[in-house]
Amino acid sequence: MENVYLATVLAPLVGALVAGLGGRWLSRRASHWVTIIGVGIAFLLSLVAIKHHIVDGAAAFNGSIYTWMVSDGITFEIGFLVDRLTVLMMGVVTFVSLMVHIYTIGYMADDEHNWPKESLAGSNSYQRFFAYISLFTFSMLMLVMANNFLQLFFGWEAVGLVSYLLIGFWSVRESAIFANLKAFLVNRVGDFGFLLGIACVVMFTNTLDYAEVFAAAPGLVGETIKVIPGYDWSVLTLICILLFVGAMGKSAQVPLHVWLPDSMEGPTPISALIHAATMVTAGIFMVARMSPLFEFSETALSVVMVIGAITAFFMGLLGVVQNDIKRVVAYSTLSQLGYMTVALGASAYSAAIFHLMTHAFFKALLFLAAGSVIIAMHHEQDIRKMGGLKKYMPITYWTSLVGSLALIGFPGFSGFFSKDGIIEAVHHSTLPGSGIAYAAVLTGVFITALYTFRMFFLVFHTRERMDEHTREHLHETPAVVTLPLILLAIPSVVIGYLTVGPVLFGGYFGEAIFVLPVHDVLGQIGADFHGPFAFMLHGLMAPPFWLAMAGLATAWYVYTQRPQIAESMAQRFPRLHAALLNKYGFDDFNQAVFAGGGRSIGNRLWQSGDVGLIDNLVIDGSASAIAWFAGVARRIQSGYLYHYAFAMIIGLVVAVGWFALG
Amino acid sequence: MGFDTLVFYVFAAVLVFAALRVITARNPVHAVLFLVLAFLNSAGLWVLLEAEFLAMTLVLVYVGAVMVLFLFVVMMLDINLTEMRAGMRRFAPLGIAVGVVLVVEMVLIVRSSAFSPDKVGGPVRHAADYSNTKALGSVLYTDYVYAFEIAAVILVLAIIAAIALTLRKRPETRYQDPARQVSVRREDRVRLIKMPAEKRG
Amino acid sequence: MLALTDYLTLGAILFSIAVVGIFLNRRNLIVLLMAIELMLLAVNMNFIAFSHFLDNIDGQVFVFFILTVAAAEAAIGLAILIVVFRNRRTINVNDLDLMKG
Repeated sequence: MENVYLATVLAPLVGALVAGLGGRWLSRRASHWVTIIGVGIAFLLSLVAIKHHIVDGAAAFNGSIYTWMVSDGITFEIGFLVDRLTVLMMGVVTFVSLMVHIYTIGYMADDEHNWPKESLAGSNSYQRFFAYISLFTFSMLMLVMANNFLQLFFGWEAVGLVSYLLIGFWSVRESAIFANLKAFLVNRVGDFGFLLGIACVVMFTNTLDYAEVFAAAPGLVGETIKVIPGYDWSVLTLICILLFVGAMGKSAQVPLHVWLPDSMEGPTPISALIHAATMVTAGIFMVARMSPLFEFSETALSVVMVIGAITAFFMGLLGVVQNDIKRVVAYSTLSQLGYMTVALGASAYSAAIFHLMTHAFFKALLFLAAGSVIIAMHHEQDIRKMGGLKKYMPITYWTSLVGSLALIGFPGFSGFFSKDGIIEAVHHSTLPGSGIAYAAVLTGVFITALYTFRMFFLVFHTRERMDEHTREHLHETPAVVTLPLILLAIPSVVIGYLTVGPVLFGGYFGEAIFVLPVHDVLGQIGADFHGPFAFMLHGLMAPPFWLAMAGLATAWYVYTQRPQIAESMAQRFPRLHAALLNKYGFDDFNQAVFAGGGRSIGNRLWQSGDVGLIDNLVIDGSASAIAWFAGVARRIQSGYLYHYAFAMIIGLVVAVGWFALG
Repeated sequence: MGFDTLVFYVFAAVLVFAALRVITARNPVHAVLFLVLAFLNSAGLWVLLEAEFLAMTLVLVYVGAVMVLFLFVVMMLDINLTEMRAGMRRFAPLGIAVGVVLVVEMVLIVRSSAFSPDKVGGPVRHAADYSNTKALGSVLYTDYVYAFEIAAVILVLAIIAAIALTLRKRPETRYQDPARQVSVRREDRVRLIKMPAEKRG
Repeated sequence: MLALTDYLTLGAILFSIAVVGIFLNRRNLIVLLMAIELMLLAVNMNFIAFSHFLDNIDGQVFVFFILTVAAAEAAIGLAILIVVFRNRRTINVNDLDLMKG
């Protein structure tokens, strides 16, 4: 099986290298075929792995592929840990990646129009894009299949890098460059915490290997460390919080969430792949993988839960006032990531991963559908200029409806099972902050339904608001675009129903996820679980369902029947509206304090340090000091022989005196 | 005091006096003659120290050749004597002070215990048939033959240098300059001219 | 009884006289050269004295070579003096300051 895993990881890499390095000589068709075959192989082999580990019930594979070096007792190696958690992630990643690859054929077909005539970056941009998304697939697979922190960090950084490359793909646009740097820098902040966490792990367990760290974790429970003199901190809490900081950066939790809405500057396929389904879920995956560590620190779990709740609620609110179709979906992603984080905090790791999986499908679907709309509307993204698209784009319409229903948690669709699982789990949690978290995720259901269907109605129903020229050219997008939509809609409907039992309550994850009995909320819920159908019926009577319906109804009423209510609400609460439009001021704060502060410190260092100290004082100063000294010293060169002789004699007298007295 | 002590003090006194007069003589010819006197006296001292060969060498070579050379040069140069003396008084104090300091320092060292007779040993009186020349020769051509050869080369060097510095060429003398000969170009020497043939008749 | 220190003292006195001579003499380049000869004489005196009192012939060998080199140096020094006189028509040390910095 080891070769299967290696091939899974290497196939997309080979595709990326061929398309990336050879793109200049390969035709567009050849490069997209190479990368699609690469990712296709990865997907098929992931299915093989799924069959091997789930259907055949094989034990987890934990082996080292290549040992890079051994230093000071710590082994730095490349290795794979393939258990049920891993194969689930592999399946999700490769499937969504494959869909996105196929979709991109249609989306980037006329990409030359996006570049100025003589642009160097614009030549072969098609091949470059395919290389990047294949490279991303490789990086993400390395991340999820890692069996040690080094490889995890490698994958972590690599996906961050490819995200940077792809957000700024249209590098001639200033907003894109601003966004990709913002994403990278905010990620860096998270990575700093992550690296500190890994360093802490190594410091206390002297190993990077997961298995050894997890085995050592129970032994570290009582240990403390003095980071600030005089204050004892629990080691495990510190490690978990630092690791979670990394997850905050990657999975865009408040306050490190600011990069994700800006990342919509990249082409829509990558918004679907990276910023909905896979990269942003790396943080969630990491916390789930580290469950043997997190379980021993209630403080860390509380922190995780509260931050997730804040993100879920406040980011959802922002989705209600967005007018760019991609931004609505982006804030929805932020909110749903908050849901997953809340589940992690409540020790319902299975629920979080389950929601990760269902969310990957329906969010990718929604993004690709948005992309389909954008293509049809000739790259118009403002939903105020759309409307009534149902009759022009039926396939996009029906798949979007499926995705939207899944997102709001309509009973029967996949999102329902995962979301309700999370809400129930939080309800049963006893950690500090779980009350707030429960309130937040519950209200979030209403808000989610509101913004989702606000977008849906404004785009596909209501009066047609686009200009005449665009309307004439409106038609359904080609099959390469709509086929992935259909293929993603299918799991959005059925995967929840089919897998909720085993995954959430059936001990699917086995040893991959570790939960202490006292935190085992899913076990408590599982006692009442009688199968998915019963779960569905039970859900029809639970608050989340009613809140979702209320949200849907409100959206229908306000945006299709009485649009003026929206405007009057905006006028009635001007400060709230302004705060929402301004994204709570996070961006302004970051720009002023961090970016502005950094620039002014740099400026001052340049003026006084570089120019003043080094250039003027040290360089010019030393030169002029030498010149002054030379001016003084040249008087010794009088030209008179006896002066020179006298100088020699004086020196002689001094030397003789030295030796005589010394 | 013993005879050699008396001899030593007489010669030393004259020597010091002569040295002083060398540097203070107004007439440079006088200065050279006083230097000759100094050398003669020190040759005497060296005989006292049983270094007869070198004493004779001093007289023959140094006085006989080098000092005569000095005399030649002094007399050859047409020097204006009167302007020589001016300005010496100004620097006398400083110079004498430096000299005194130097003497005092060196004497302090020399009189220290490191050079006392018990450390150094008394003078060695050789046997009556001791030949200083033979002793010097037996060492010079065996242990120090390399230095000897180099000294010879230095003398050759001095000859060549002195001649090269002072040789004046007569303007009308013909001589060859190989460097110039080699650097000549054809264009400087040969010029081809086309002319119609001369016709006769 | 004559001791080594007596001869060394004599050498020291001769040397300082020569040093003063170099410093005091401003007008005549030839006296400068003669003062140098005096210095060499002082050094030779020391060498011979040491050779005598330590019963080591090497001191006299060294004096031998010093004499050689001193003769060579005197010859060349005087040659330079003559050339300088030819060009500058003066042997006043004060006027020879072309190396002024």
